[in-house]
Amino acid sequence: MMSQVFLAVTLALVMLIFLSLVRVLGGPTVLDRIVGVNMIGTKTTVLLLLIGLIYEAMPMFIDIALAYALLNFIATIGACKFFRRSKRVHLEDELAIEKETSA
Amino acid sequence: MNWVVSLLLVSGVFFFAIGTIGILRLPDFYSRLHAAGKCDTLAATLAVSAIALYNLHDLSFGSILVSWKVFAIIFFIFMASPTATHAITKAALLVGVEPWLKKKGVRK
Repeated sequence: MMSQVFLAVTLALVMLIFLSLVRVLGGPTVLDRIVGVNMIGTKTTVLLLLIGLIYEAMPMFIDIALAYALLNFIATIGACKFFRRSKRVHLEDELAIEKETSA
Repeated sequence: MNWVVSLLLVSGVFFFAIGTIGILRLPDFYSRLHAAGKCDTLAATLAVSAIALYNLHDLSFGSILVSWKVFAIIFFIFMASPTATHAITKAALLVGVEPWLKKKGVRK
């Protein structure tokens, strides 16, 4: 009975990851995309633990999930620092500026 | 035991769904961060603690070690997710992403 619950929760998480991907693909600023990637990373951590429960290989997947959580945090902080320095977060503005300079 | 684990898992997925709807539907960058930061932290804490609790149903040294590592993940997410949200907000404020206002240009 519990394995069916885990399977249903895993499928729901995969669907929610695809919904979050909409914000990553269509966010107006770069920082919106970073927020979406951060949410996907948190969901993936939980998803890895659930996969470990389903396949009964918990001691292996727990280390992968821990590494993924650390990597997600470091990637978010690094991307924030990069875009804080570069001062441009609107992709449309950059495209418009490129058109003006080329025309 | 199984009911508690199921309840925690389902409530975790519920809050994940609320957060996802929030970042899809809210009108402005800062309100989207509000949905993403809080719902994500709470949902991950609930779901991962359910997994740690289910892992303890046969008590042995190995399962206690694995559950201790799962609690390390909970602690790390609880510290790191609000920190990441704060860093994103500070970057947005410094770069100058405009908040959503009722009248345009009231607060500059």
